[in-house]
Amino acid sequence: MQKLLNWIDDRFPLTKLWEDQWGKYVAPKNFNFWYYFGSLAAFVLVMQIVTGIFLTMSYKADATKAFESIEYIMRDVSGGWLIRYMHSTGASAFFLVVYLHMFRGLLYGSYRKPRELLWVIGCFIFLALMAEGFFGYLLPWGQMSYWGAQVIVNLFSTVPFVGDALGTWIRGDYTISDVTLNRFFAFHVVAVPLVLLVLVAVHLMALHEVGSNNPDGIEIKKQPKDPKTGIYLDGIYSHPYYTIKDLVGVVFFLAIFSIVVFFLPDVGGYFIEANNFIPADPLKTPEHIAPVWYFTPYYAILRAVPSKLIPFVPPTQFYGVLAMTASVVIFIFLPWLDRGAVKSIRYRGTLYKSWLAIFVVCFLVLGYLGTVPVTVWGQFTGGWADALDTKDRATWLARLLTLFYFLFFVLMPWYTVRDRTKPVPERVT
Amino acid sequence: MNMARRLAGIVLFAAAGVALAEGGAPLLPAPGVRSFERDASLQRGARDFANYCLNCHSAQYMRYNRLTDLGLSEEQIEHNLMFATDKIGGTMTVAMSRSDASAWLGTPPPDLTVEARVRGRDWLYSYLLAFYRDDGSVTGWNNLVFPNVAMPHVLWNLSGTQKLVETQYEDQEKAEAAAIAAKSLALMEPAGGGKYVVKTLAANTPGTLSKVEYEKFASDLVNYLDYISEPVKNDRINIGIVVLIFLGVLFALVYSLKRDYWKEVH
Repeated sequence: MQKLLNWIDDRFPLTKLWEDQWGKYVAPKNFNFWYYFGSLAAFVLVMQIVTGIFLTMSYKADATKAFESIEYIMRDVSGGWLIRYMHSTGASAFFLVVYLHMFRGLLYGSYRKPRELLWVIGCFIFLALMAEGFFGYLLPWGQMSYWGAQVIVNLFSTVPFVGDALGTWIRGDYTISDVTLNRFFAFHVVAVPLVLLVLVAVHLMALHEVGSNNPDGIEIKKQPKDPKTGIYLDGIYSHPYYTIKDLVGVVFFLAIFSIVVFFLPDVGGYFIEANNFIPADPLKTPEHIAPVWYFTPYYAILRAVPSKLIPFVPPTQFYGVLAMTASVVIFIFLPWLDRGAVKSIRYRGTLYKSWLAIFVVCFLVLGYLGTVPVTVWGQFTGGWADALDTKDRATWLARLLTLFYFLFFVLMPWYTVRDRTKPVPERVT
Repeated sequence: MNMARRLAGIVLFAAAGVALAEGGAPLLPAPGVRSFERDASLQRGARDFANYCLNCHSAQYMRYNRLTDLGLSEEQIEHNLMFATDKIGGTMTVAMSRSDASAWLGTPPPDLTVEARVRGRDWLYSYLLAFYRDDGSVTGWNNLVFPNVAMPHVLWNLSGTQKLVETQYEDQEKAEAAAIAAKSLALMEPAGGGKYVVKTLAANTPGTLSKVEYEKFASDLVNYLDYISEPVKNDRINIGIVVLIFLGVLFALVYSLKRDYWKEVH
């Protein structure tokens, strides 16, 4: 065995690669609960790829057969239902762990110098993941698949001047059709997964180059090395310590995941919608179109922005589209918006903590509002309400939340400097 | 704390997952079925589905031989349930084409394979009990759960007929109280001038089944529709229990392994 390894190592740096990337990678020893989600995201990625391959074996990317082929998978393919539920639950699980992974970054300042590029690559992974989720959602060819895709592609049609041509170019047709289904299938199973895999590899290489942050936000590489072990004082070898710890996380995750897959795969319409059991019908628009839960915060922002913003310019949803795009892309700029003296929430002052809490509330409530019709809380009444461009109470709340969502980012250079931080200890706690 | 907030958000999402009604009456809960009655109820449901529904409504993703799940033999299925095909591996299709159905009925009857996953059990159950005579409609029938539905009440021979009873109330509060007191299907609608109308149903002419028997009939049918919408559901739940027990044991092992490794870390 050792001989074979030597033979390979003479020709390819296999041992070096393993040791650099994991085997001899030194990580801080104080990782907490929030540090499980990186490895879990990688685990879910692999699971989605494997289940996806098996689904592709029986799925038909054809507008007349797609819906039927899903039912075929659910009924006639051995274990097909399990593969399909794992994949549909996996999509939501992927976003859940990625959101928690990103939130960890916000808690402990993981995007701060020297990890700016690591964070930016991560943001691109998030964007690729959103594309992956969007393309994949069309494939079951149910009513929600169809009309969801219709709504999202129509967003591109709001771009001034070239919008209509752009929409037609994306769909390959004047409406979502078989052509669209086929190209979305190609993107979902080949193009975007390739991009995702490359980005994830780059993300991991960047991480193992700069080293992991930790809940104290201390750079362990600035510490002296332990004379006995030869590694940094607060460091620990990833293998076997974090290998085994992450394994605990994976098994725990699988238990939660299995509860969904085996006992409530629809999650009350949030993972699989009731409307998606009706085959796509281009002539029948559903009463209420909402995206899957992981897109709803941005969808709520899109709906909140008034279409009449600039006087004398005809009303357009394009403002909303810009705001929605900005709400996702703005994460990329965090490393340069945050000017705080410390990284971790443990040593931040009240200002940052309050703003982060506001942001979390905005994100969650916007997420809820994105799932319901704007009329959910009724309308404002009274003479003064006539002056408003919309009387829907929910829209006005969404506007307020959208404002604070963006203020979290825009005011960050100010409040992180003003914040009264606590002194950071020398060693991890 | 932050974690708790996130989790609270997830619960909030799930709690909001109430299906949107189409302007019909609030639903009656479909009676559940105990495991020892399950197969018998589903067999009756299969019989009734084949005899009463499977002429207009297809279940085109459901294969006849899958009904062996319910403890039926292939012979029993062939002799009792297959009217439209002689292939036991065939799916439950109907002879009526969609274009004919559109021309004759205004809208083609929906395929019922996954209808239970679209509507839910309670909706289907309430719908089957909510037909009443309405001389103003094209078919002579209307439905309190699905107003102006295109489908006539094809089961009227069994259920007998019902008529609509409209009672007017002075304000919303009284109307709500009356709707709840009805303990049955009741639809409250504003009647202008701050008044409200509560629509309920009353027996008109008897059918061949008693009220209780017809409710049983409807619930068998709902159980069957629920079953064909996801035939694997029972297996899924049973396998899930085994998987969770396995993961529980695996977790205990992996966790003790982790404790052992991390003992030396300070």
